[in-house]
Amino acid sequence: MVEWNRKDLLGLEELSKDEILFILNTAESFREVSTRPIKKVPALRGKTVVNFFFEPSTRTRASFELAAKRLSADIINISVNSSAMVKGETLKDTARNIEAMKVDIIVMRHSSPGAPHMLARSVKSSVINAGDGSHEHPTQALLDIFTIREKKKKLEGLNVSIIGDIAHSRVARSNIWGLKKLGANVTVCAPSTLMPPGIEKLGVRTTYKLKEAIEGADVLNILRMQIERQSENMFPTIREYAIEYGIDSEKLKYAKKDVLIMHPGPINRGIELTPDVADGPYSVILDQVTNGVAVRMAVLYLISGRPESDESTD
Amino acid sequence: MNLLIKNGRVLDPKNKIDEQLDILIEKGKISRVAKSIKEESARVIDAAGKIVCPALVDMHTHIRQPGREDEETILTGSRAAVKGGFASITVMPNTKPAIDNQGVVEFIYSEARKTELVNIYPIGAITKRLEGKELAEIGELVKSGAVAISDDGMPVMNSHIMRMALEYSKMYGIPVISHCEDLDLSSKGTMNEGYMSTVLGLKGIPAESESIMVSRDIQLASLTGARLHIAHVSTSESVELIRNAKKKGLSVTAETCPHYFTLSDEAVLNFDTNTKVKPPLRTRDDIRAIKEALKDGTIDAISTDHAPHTEAEKDVEYDFAPFGIIGLETALSLSYMELVKTGFLSLLGLIERMSLAPAKILNLQNKGHLSQGSDADILIFDTEISWVVEKNNLESKSKNTPFLGWTLISKPLELIAGGKHIMKESRIIKNEPR
Repeated sequence: MVEWNRKDLLGLEELSKDEILFILNTAESFREVSTRPIKKVPALRGKTVVNFFFEPSTRTRASFELAAKRLSADIINISVNSSAMVKGETLKDTARNIEAMKVDIIVMRHSSPGAPHMLARSVKSSVINAGDGSHEHPTQALLDIFTIREKKKKLEGLNVSIIGDIAHSRVARSNIWGLKKLGANVTVCAPSTLMPPGIEKLGVRTTYKLKEAIEGADVLNILRMQIERQSENMFPTIREYAIEYGIDSEKLKYAKKDVLIMHPGPINRGIELTPDVADGPYSVILDQVTNGVAVRMAVLYLISGRPESDESTD
Repeated sequence: MNLLIKNGRVLDPKNKIDEQLDILIEKGKISRVAKSIKEESARVIDAAGKIVCPALVDMHTHIRQPGREDEETILTGSRAAVKGGFASITVMPNTKPAIDNQGVVEFIYSEARKTELVNIYPIGAITKRLEGKELAEIGELVKSGAVAISDDGMPVMNSHIMRMALEYSKMYGIPVISHCEDLDLSSKGTMNEGYMSTVLGLKGIPAESESIMVSRDIQLASLTGARLHIAHVSTSESVELIRNAKKKGLSVTAETCPHYFTLSDEAVLNFDTNTKVKPPLRTRDDIRAIKEALKDGTIDAISTDHAPHTEAEKDVEYDFAPFGIIGLETALSLSYMELVKTGFLSLLGLIERMSLAPAKILNLQNKGHLSQGSDADILIFDTEISWVVEKNNLESKSKNTPFLGWTLISKPLELIAGGKHIMKESRIIKNEPR
């Protein structure tokens, strides 16, 4: 079995296949904790975790908070408006102050790509990336992959289609890195204006046609459409996006009979997913949320258990 | 005190000299360049084994005085110039206040005189407050000593105003320097658009954001017959457009900077904000095109686009960091390594692009060559010495360079500006009082 030696979890790009599997397997054993009447194990007793969120988040923040609490860690939440940070204290200063209070793990969500990387370089505490701009969202991809593996019992050779705003999606990027390493075939489907240049070099199939993305897919991972993309002229109207790319039961007729419908949440009902699909028999959206806690418990546990002698920070 | 530089390998692109000669300097001017000069009254500088050439001229420098003296002052910028082998630098007009009136031009000349180091030439604004709306008083700027006009980082988007600026500039014989960028196309981009921006999730700036405006400005130069100078060329498409413009005989010149032929967008991989610069670092293909363009003369000059920013400004999230990197102290070494060592340019060709060519574009007739009677601005450097770029060996007040930690080859040793020996063995020495 591989060992976990990393101080931080910043993305899936830098993880090996074995490291990803190690996290998923560790998550398996934590999944059961949340089903007990007493949902708590003492694994992280005495450890301090800070949820450091520069962007609004309900589910990711709650998921990390529950994961930490079920491991008996102490956790506090700090929410900052990142535009206020520009004017006042720098990210680095804020982070060093948090570190000075002897925090073991900082879970960070930020609108700017690379922000957690910068933080990880400047503090000794471990840093977990809970989403940095359009760059990566490793724990979301891990819980997506965990859920696929749970339902399909394998990843190798599966056809996974990621549909929506690929250009601005950290969920898409982390999923691509993870799924490709584990042997899945990935298709990304977006309107041409939301398909980032060079994405095919990551080994994915690209298409603008939703039907092509649906046919033959074992998994459809539907991304949230940000309403503000309309004002940036990324597409004419939300209405047209919903007509062209929204998944409804009609379009699902092209899908395999055992397709999984996933969504990282929160769902814009009636835009990227119709309610009957979101709540329908193929949907595993709430399983993703349940698994998210187990995956984050695994990540917190592994990160906190790295060898004490590790002083590789600069 | 007269100076005699002996036994160096003298390179003078204008007079096509590349041989071992002595140079006699009298009263701030070059009085003789010949073999084995004997002159009892002159102090001798032994340059055996070294390169002796016209001091470098930087036609694209940001000095932050007035306005942002925490980033760079005329004094610290001058010292950085000396360390890099430059005896002439420019001040781009995005100071605070902007160089859009005679008062600021005169202030810069006055501060420069106090430092008694290098020649400093202000570049005037095209439009008032660099807003792109109303022409600045270009005539007055030129009369008070501005050597060119530019709105640099705040390019004139309105084609009519740019046309009028070009038309008007013809009366004064000065070049209009254009930072070619379609601001709408760049939008909120922070790096080159392509595979790397996709992987990093950073918003991209397409290459066309530059070349569209290069194309517009070349067409306006054709329409007006004015002198157009394209700043910091970074893309292969821009190179192609400039090459064609020159073939047509238009008065178009161009510069690039060492980072555009040294680093590609792959350097952004670790989110180092010292790689954030405008135009952004491009691709390996662009690097090759730029080197070829320097070789065939499509790109006339190498400038630094020295753009100082404090550590506090740069030590933030990539999206929030300002654009710009410093370059005065690394330009010669990087150019030597990337262009001469690799065979794209001869040493003589490199010196031409870093001294004579920018001096000609800026109409500095007595700079950039070693003709008898020209200004005694002379650099002596050694192509054998290597050195490491470290924060504490940089004279610039700001340390924002992506080359920190790099080992560079070739180093400026002696600098003479206006006949005064101001750097000796790479140390800036107190110059003689006037």
